[in-house]
Amino acid sequence: MSANLSAIFYLISGVLFILALRGLSSPETSRQGNFFGILGMVIAITVTFFSVGSFSSGLIYVLIFLLIGGLIGAFIAYKIPMTAMPELVAGFHSLVGLSAVFVAISAFLNPEAFNLGSPGSIKLASLIEMSIGASVGAITFSGSIIAFLKLQGIMSGSPITFKGQHFFNALLLTSIIILTYLLCSTQSSNFFWMILVVSFLIGFLLIIPIGGADMPVVISMLNSYSGWAAAGIGFTLENSALIITGALVGSSGAILSYIMCKGMNRSFFNVILGGFGATEQSTSSVGKEQRPVKSGNAEDAAFLMKNASSVIIVPGYGMAVAQAQHALREMVDTLKKNDIKVTYAIHPVAGRMPGHMNVLLAEANVPYDEVFELEEINNDFANADVAFVIGANDVTNPAAKNDPQSPIYGMPVLDVEKCKSVLFVKRSLSPGYAGIDNDLFYKENTLMLFADAKKMTEDITKNL
Amino acid sequence: MEIDPFIFRLSIFILSIFIGYYVVWSVTPSLHTPLMSVTNAISSVIIVGAIIAGLAGNSDNIFTISNILGFLAISLAAVNIFGGFLVTQRMLQMYKKKKKIK
Repeated sequence: MSANLSAIFYLISGVLFILALRGLSSPETSRQGNFFGILGMVIAITVTFFSVGSFSSGLIYVLIFLLIGGLIGAFIAYKIPMTAMPELVAGFHSLVGLSAVFVAISAFLNPEAFNLGSPGSIKLASLIEMSIGASVGAITFSGSIIAFLKLQGIMSGSPITFKGQHFFNALLLTSIIILTYLLCSTQSSNFFWMILVVSFLIGFLLIIPIGGADMPVVISMLNSYSGWAAAGIGFTLENSALIITGALVGSSGAILSYIMCKGMNRSFFNVILGGFGATEQSTSSVGKEQRPVKSGNAEDAAFLMKNASSVIIVPGYGMAVAQAQHALREMVDTLKKNDIKVTYAIHPVAGRMPGHMNVLLAEANVPYDEVFELEEINNDFANADVAFVIGANDVTNPAAKNDPQSPIYGMPVLDVEKCKSVLFVKRSLSPGYAGIDNDLFYKENTLMLFADAKKMTEDITKNL
Repeated sequence: MEIDPFIFRLSIFILSIFIGYYVVWSVTPSLHTPLMSVTNAISSVIIVGAIIAGLAGNSDNIFTISNILGFLAISLAAVNIFGGFLVTQRMLQMYKKKKKIK
């Protein structure tokens, strides 16, 4: 196949990828979008086989490895519970990063195969593109591994910080630029390996200071990185499908990070520099005096809800941990049978990744037109009878509106306290990730339900 | 003077960033998780490079480090492609089953 023809096909698959993302603008068109994505991928892979043309005996291995990877991927996709989606996405990011690294190394060792010159005299532009691709790929890989370990709970979600951390990171970043320069001027492979090692280290150091609840930003950011890595490799391979995709994914991840940061009223750098939870912990323990709390049981909650005419449900990460989404849906079904209007309010940073709560509710068969974003529903709290907060905390904290001293001051929050009564399902009075006490717990119209989210919802359903 | 092909690729790149910007802003927030998994899947189009690396070289020696890295990269990218698209499909399927209940 001629180079021009295959370039046209790569362009087509790039366009199909754009349509794949475009489809996600509404749930109705989303499945068609996904189909476009698959089609684009099939075209890109097929064209690559034809453009290489002369099949060496390597072909059989290529197919075997493709099959092995495909089977593993399909198995994971089939088995993974929806609550584990953040971990899965982080894990997948690491694979994109690592394969970018492998491709870059392979291109560096065997540049003839990619038309980049010969070992020792690789084209300058290719060398730079290769270094960028490899470096960003390596950062994505090690960063995603840390994110995965934190989300999986293997590694503590609390931020790990040390003195001079930012200075050290800046030093490492500068050294990458210097190493790239040295690589280009000497063509020595030693510098290439050093770039990789330093990049792995940066990815690791970049993510360890970021706390568990900032994960939505981290995952989106790594999503973005994996795109830039792909684009870097795309430039090396002079492949438009890769360049288009890389740019799409890169900007997609960047936008998601921006949305997540805005949801927390924090700047991107503030999140990246980390250490949020660690610094605030001390203040909360000092200011915490014993205040009276009204706590109730499932019967009280059922009584309140039975007499309500509208209920707003506010889910959070705790619902995912307790796997309470199905029990919640059953409770809502019972409420609806009693002619009670039920809606769901989702804060942008609820959960551990963008859209986390929406997927869990969709899994539990909650119709998506009952689920609302913060701006859409915030005014409704004043007219609602009961707010049922399940596994959320900081995103309901009124301190964000009326306490300028609070570390979360300015963050958009759900106006839960405006409801006639608030039911708070929580395991204990412990503060949220930000280490901030929630005034809502002590309000006159708040009833705390201390229990596991799933068990409590089931008990309430029994009492309805 | 002729324009370096690199400039054309750079143009594609920059324009694609803009396309990505507008397309992603139009994605409904409730589909942000599928967005992440599908972008994950499509960024694995990097498999193109991996296949070239895997098929490179002559038949006598297909086990150079370069080839082997290509094979490994193929597997990794394939996990992502199949896993990414299928898990997206699974999620989007759940958004379909609305309206039925009630």
